[in-house]
Amino acid sequence: MSVLEVSGLSVSYITREGPVPAVRGVSFGIDRGQVLGLAGESGCGKSTIGLGLLRLLPPGTQMSGRVVLNGADVLAMAPSQLGAVRWTQASVVFQGAQHALDPVIRVGDQIEEAILAHRPATRRETRARTAELLELVGLPARRARDFPNEFSGGQKQRVMIAMALACDPDLVIADEPTTALDVMVQAQVLRLLKNLQMELGLSMLFITHDLSVLAQVADRLAVMYAGRIVEEGPADEVFGSPAHPYTAALADAFPRIGDEAFVQSPGGLDGDPPDPRELPSGCSFHPRCPRVMDRCRTIEPPSFPAGTGRRAECLLLEEGAPEAMPT
Amino acid sequence: MGEWRYVARKLLQAGVTLLFILTVNFFLFRVMPSDPVRLLTRQRGVQLTPEAQAALSSELGLDRPIPSQYLQYLVDTVRLDFGNSFIYPGQSVVSVFLRYMWPTVLLVGTATVLMIVIGLYLGIRGGWKRGRPLDVGSMGFSLLFYSMPDFWLAMILLILFSTALGWFPSGGFETPDSDLTGLSRVLDVANHMFLPVLTLTLGYIGEYYLVMRSSLLDVLGEDYITTIRAKGVREDRVLWRHAVRNAMLPSISLIALSFGFVLAGAITVELVFSYPGLGLLAIQAIDYQDFLLLQALFLFASLAVLVSNLVADLVYSWVDPRVREA
Amino acid sequence: MADDALAAKTRSPRAVVWARRRLSAGRFWATYRRSVMGIVGLAILVVFVLVALLAPVLVSSDQLDVTKATGPILEGPSWAYPMGTDDAGRSVLALVVWGSRVSLAIGLLAAAVSMVVGAAVGIIAGFRGGRWDAALMRFTDWFLVLPGLPLAIVLAAILGQSMFIIVMVIGLTSWPWTARIVRSQALSVRERAYVERARGLGARDPQLILKHVLPNLFPVIFANTILSIAAAILAESALSFIGLGDPLRVSWGATLELAFAAGAPTIGAWWWIGFPGACIVLVVLAFTMCGNALEEILNPRLRQR
Repeated sequence: MSVLEVSGLSVSYITREGPVPAVRGVSFGIDRGQVLGLAGESGCGKSTIGLGLLRLLPPGTQMSGRVVLNGADVLAMAPSQLGAVRWTQASVVFQGAQHALDPVIRVGDQIEEAILAHRPATRRETRARTAELLELVGLPARRARDFPNEFSGGQKQRVMIAMALACDPDLVIADEPTTALDVMVQAQVLRLLKNLQMELGLSMLFITHDLSVLAQVADRLAVMYAGRIVEEGPADEVFGSPAHPYTAALADAFPRIGDEAFVQSPGGLDGDPPDPRELPSGCSFHPRCPRVMDRCRTIEPPSFPAGTGRRAECLLLEEGAPEAMPT
Repeated sequence: MGEWRYVARKLLQAGVTLLFILTVNFFLFRVMPSDPVRLLTRQRGVQLTPEAQAALSSELGLDRPIPSQYLQYLVDTVRLDFGNSFIYPGQSVVSVFLRYMWPTVLLVGTATVLMIVIGLYLGIRGGWKRGRPLDVGSMGFSLLFYSMPDFWLAMILLILFSTALGWFPSGGFETPDSDLTGLSRVLDVANHMFLPVLTLTLGYIGEYYLVMRSSLLDVLGEDYITTIRAKGVREDRVLWRHAVRNAMLPSISLIALSFGFVLAGAITVELVFSYPGLGLLAIQAIDYQDFLLLQALFLFASLAVLVSNLVADLVYSWVDPRVREA
Repeated sequence: MADDALAAKTRSPRAVVWARRRLSAGRFWATYRRSVMGIVGLAILVVFVLVALLAPVLVSSDQLDVTKATGPILEGPSWAYPMGTDDAGRSVLALVVWGSRVSLAIGLLAAAVSMVVGAAVGIIAGFRGGRWDAALMRFTDWFLVLPGLPLAIVLAAILGQSMFIIVMVIGLTSWPWTARIVRSQALSVRERAYVERARGLGARDPQLILKHVLPNLFPVIFANTILSIAAAILAESALSFIGLGDPLRVSWGATLELAFAAGAPTIGAWWWIGFPGACIVLVVLAFTMCGNALEEILNPRLRQR
């Protein structure tokens, strides 16, 4: 049974120049105990999805589609109902824990605040729960009395994780949880998240621009480009044999240790992702695509199956396309 | 630990600033004027005898070289010895000062509390519901009253509420030669203070509103506010416990600095309402060229701003754990 | 882009730079025009500047002379005297028209003084960094503690009353705010790549400041100066009201001082106080609106508000 079922989600930011589409008709689901990785360059809309699932985007942002969390549509909820769903059914580990904690409040109080927002509890209960949570993420319980500035970057991220688990959520949305940490700490935090996920059987949406991170934690992988999911499937398959040229380029951008070919020609893409205000015609990836065809400039590619439980939005997958992707 | 080091550092900095203030004060009155002896020992309309002038001059040390004058000035200031006033012969500057100080403390104190409470409240409400009628109205109000000279607003209120409507007395601290006591005297004083307080409050609410609104808007854009919302915390708690608390921090130091403006505003407002405070005393000192008195008054104004800054720094350290670390 | 490339081939580098500046000035105006506040403020200013420039044509300066005044004494607004008359029978309108010259001139000049000092301190502190920055900012913070208007009052009381002294006194007591703002901008400009590159190519500091830093800081300094004009006009009016203005020139503040000294508030001569004061309010408001509009364009973070 799926914890989260997103269908046809579109998000537009309102600016002076008019609405700017950030997410354009995205559908995906997450099964219980499963980790879905959501990858893409910055500005592709992946963080917008992360925040949009709990309606945390700036007021006035237009959202349409369905976000069904444990059977109820988040987009249709009244504010009070929404407040009750936040953190108890889905919590967030934010990117850059540096700024994600209130600087003037003790971290223990911030964790307790999450608990108290959802159920009445005595001071003693919340204290005990906070201590338990901090120890779960490898921090001594006494640190609850410290302020965020007394923690290192990695420790803050641990606090953030502890806080995310405070109300036993069904789904944890991890939004670039390891960005801005140095490599050693990144690995520790990643290991912690993975261990907790398996121990507690958490469902997780793991958002990052770093495909190599997802290879370690994700069961399934969705790749976003210009507000759309261009490829989705089992993580090892998508990573190992990309069906979409964009996935291929992303995978190439990260070195694989011992990969002779990478040393010869580091992959990656030229150019920048498109401005969401002026999306290219046809396939929005066509200006940067190494395998662009004439038809790509005019036809917006629909979703094609690309193997069992896999799909991709690329005209190369259409029957009779010039050549299949090399594996 | 870190907290005490922070306090010690702030006190030390304030000490250095105090020395700067004293130096400027010395420089202004003793070095810059072409003839400091004449400046400090004369008064408009009154000519001291040459002997008296010489006596005063040696009492103030004006006949000695500058460095030794400076030292004596520092010592005299520490001993609160500012010499005698010309306007009030036979009275020391300190005693005159003390007599005029309390009305100003009352006036500026009342107005400051009002403008801070109202200004910050409007700023919080305005920033939280940006663009709503209350915000737009406060913005227009702030711009309009910022653009008004305090003394002009004072005169307009005086014409309207005193001359035309007769609701309030036209000036003074209390009704002269009345033997009111107790509550009726308090009411009489409040009645006289109403228009001056109204002027200052109206004139400076806008500063606090703008400062608070803009720092609240900054805070509302911070990541941790999103975290708190994500936790399912109620909106009023997001505002008052988290956003306001963080937005207070940058506001505190600006509020302290703007205290100097309020003091300056009090000078002309006291003049318009002939309110017997330090501002009116300063204007008398200027009119009669009583520079010893003026020097003491300017020193006081600088000290008041210095102290309010120091208080702001200390409050800051109490609210924000980060500065204790630094 | 293609135009730029073409221009680079056919014109001298200087011409290219100017062409680019003209282009950005045009774009700037297009953005500015969209600000209602900015346009209203600008319109008010244009009116006042025209009045100030044309004062000799509009009203003969004879009308300022108490001995030659012909009007009725202390009369409210009428067709002949739209803003009423003062206690010597002078037209308040004439006082207001001529006063605009003094008030605007002092505001502009004092703001210019404050800008030069503040920008110099801010640029040196922000650009040199290190000890220069620490020392200059400490110094600036000291001056911030000295209350501006009281300091100006003391200075004017000691130095005497002339337009020059008023300008200097206001300018020299209001620079610290400018210095702080300019410094923070200079700090960020310093980090930008082209300054690094120019320095790498051997450019010396004065050269760098003139050719790279100043042009980039100009918009910020300009917006700040517009706002300081508003503050300077208010300061001048207060000094004049206290009786520390230039006794030979009729500014708006000086007119208000006369009115107050003659007891206008208690005899209810509202026109004598109302009109000159309303002019101060309008002009200060207009400068503030223009300054805010400029700041909003220059600082995109503010634009969202």
